[in-house]
Amino acid sequence: MNLKRKDLLGIREMEIDEINLILSTADSFKEVAGREIKKVPTLRGRTVVNLFFEPSTRTRASFELAAKRLSADVINISTSASSVVKGETLLDTAKNLEAMGADVIVIRHSSSGAPTLLARALRCSVINAGDGAHEHPTQALVDLSTILERKGRLSGLTVAIVGDVLHSRVARSNLWGLTKLGARVRLAGPPTMVPRELAAFGAEVTWSLDEAVDGADVVMALRLQLERQGRAYFPTLREYSRLWGLTRERLQRAKPDVLVMHPGPVNRGVEIAPEIADGLSSVILNQVTNGLAVRMAVLYLLSGGKSESGRG
Amino acid sequence: MKATNNTERAGRSSDILVIRGGRVIDPANGLDGVRDLVIADGRIASCTPSATVPRDARTIDATGLVVCPGFVDLHTHVREPGYEYKETVASATRAAAAGGFTTICAMPNTNPINDTRAVTELVIEVAAREGVVNVRPIGAITKGSRGEELAEMGDLAEAGCVAVSDDGRPVTNSLVMRRALEYAQAFDLPVIDHCEDLALSAEGVMHEGKISTMLGLHGIPAAAEEVMVARDLVLCELTGGRLHLAHMSSAGSIRMIREAKARGVRVTAEACPHHFSLTDEAVIGFATNAKMNPPLRTRADVEAVIEGLADGTIDAIATDHAPHAAEEKSWPIDQAPCGIVGLETALPLALALVTAGRLSLPQLIRLLTIQPAALIKIDRGSLSVGAVADVTIIDPAKQWVVEPAEFRSKSRNTPFAGWKMTGRVVSTLVAGKVVYADQ
Repeated sequence: MNLKRKDLLGIREMEIDEINLILSTADSFKEVAGREIKKVPTLRGRTVVNLFFEPSTRTRASFELAAKRLSADVINISTSASSVVKGETLLDTAKNLEAMGADVIVIRHSSSGAPTLLARALRCSVINAGDGAHEHPTQALVDLSTILERKGRLSGLTVAIVGDVLHSRVARSNLWGLTKLGARVRLAGPPTMVPRELAAFGAEVTWSLDEAVDGADVVMALRLQLERQGRAYFPTLREYSRLWGLTRERLQRAKPDVLVMHPGPVNRGVEIAPEIADGLSSVILNQVTNGLAVRMAVLYLLSGGKSESGRG
Repeated sequence: MKATNNTERAGRSSDILVIRGGRVIDPANGLDGVRDLVIADGRIASCTPSATVPRDARTIDATGLVVCPGFVDLHTHVREPGYEYKETVASATRAAAAGGFTTICAMPNTNPINDTRAVTELVIEVAAREGVVNVRPIGAITKGSRGEELAEMGDLAEAGCVAVSDDGRPVTNSLVMRRALEYAQAFDLPVIDHCEDLALSAEGVMHEGKISTMLGLHGIPAAAEEVMVARDLVLCELTGGRLHLAHMSSAGSIRMIREAKARGVRVTAEACPHHFSLTDEAVIGFATNAKMNPPLRTRADVEAVIEGLADGTIDAIATDHAPHAAEEKSWPIDQAPCGIVGLETALPLALALVTAGRLSLPQLIRLLTIQPAALIKIDRGSLSVGAVADVTIIDPAKQWVVEPAEFRSKSRNTPFAGWKMTGRVVSTLVAGKVVYADQ
């Protein structure tokens, strides 16, 4: 079975079957990660380009390692090294990379819709590794996979997503994915950062962290961009973390077997207390581990789901 | 449509053209009926149910067609001087002619900005040499459109500017706006404001609402426009100046203008075809050709704009024709420039309101002709005997598909590509001369 699409741009436009296919394929790649030799020849001869216009450690390393474990050739390009500074347009940069034979371009960009722009103009596959506040589909797939691994299901679970939802592509992708797979999503944070409009898409919107966490199976804290303080979204970090920071005390309202998640990088002591981030409920590092398997699955499925020998 | 010469005679004393048997709609004279329109030496000679056609006259058979005054666009970005790669006077006026417009008002946000007599004279000179329709420049309100010091409005008016505007930017400073509304009265110039609170719209790419939230794009709330409309109305009342509000897009703005007009405030307003034809859903898929400022808003706003047109709250339909090169519109949406070309699609979009029963055809033509003409006090927009014969002939039933490659404009940035339209300009005449003929 293959994905019906050339590109992975967002979860909102995906069918439930496609999401499930990626998740089950990821499970089989998790097994590969447990082997002594972690490399398979699946994408030998293919070229994957990581085109990152925003700083990233986790996602970029995850995609790079995923591609290498599938035996693909990998090129990493980040803003400072690219010709963007010379005034070349995004589209030209991408077309040049395609002309060099890229099979997959993984793009991260601060503009919502930048991957869509490339996908329309290029024949090669485009994977969205995070665009503006739009989507971060592989992160959401990682989160879904991690919850499934621990809970065995998504349907019927209550997931609280807490923090700067307005600027969060992770929150959006998770909202689309979780609701498609039958989970209940609560969004909480300061009124300046939780758009009420999201209620129209099936989320429960609240400004109270306690309300959001109450009886939750999963609590996902979002990274707070510290520079937002200067833009009048909230008065001080002190007040933010006092009202919307995840603490041991607050977490007691959740189910006893609650999972605590964070897409990283973590501002310890701001959106999440260190003892929670490192505590028994935390699956933050499992998310990172699963990231590899999920990205291997995505690269594999977008490359036609065929191994090298089946390539004609 | 071709004008046919009955006879060619050298040394003919007058050049006569008769447009026969069309439904002549001339709102300025309350006329709507089948007439023969006789044009002699570039002016309207008569408009009667049955004209005797001189033997040497040329004729146009307008049976089944609508004959009306040429359209007047209060809001055209001609781009020359400075941005000739987007549009020139030559291409903009040809696009205008194809869209039925015989007069376009050139916005001053060129390079250099039209804030001095020299630039105004240049625009008029180039228009006389290369344009096929009338071009009336609009001068800047402030020097460099920086919103700080008033431009030399007296000079601008003398040189031929019909209004002042810092369009593309609001006049942020309320004192400067107050002074502009006061000072412009000496020259009877309307002050056209682009209403936008820049702090509220900062970084905004599209209308703030459900769709912007879904797409993760920074939103521009309707309040960004409404806050400035409210301020401008207050200042208009304070000064008694002539305030004209450009491209009104939100229900709240329309409501405030309606209320102000009822109290006798001296305000006029315009609306653009895209704001009564499209909603913010057009942006889905990150369509840069649906990015404009003010942005496309919700169904409720579209309805309010249409009601404003119908009940007289809005005085004119203006295109905000804003050409941009294809390269610029292929940037990521938050970096792509705002605006769309509008001259060649305005008429059918407006006619859709007539088909939908929202406006009568004479009402629509009034919004495209005499009302904008009266607003800038030019002697156009009517078919009165003796008037310069700027005439547009329309086939209101003609069906066609928008094919941007066929535009006369240099730019192709339209969200209406592939739309099936009803109603098309058959012929456009400026001072009695055919400047556009379909096919």
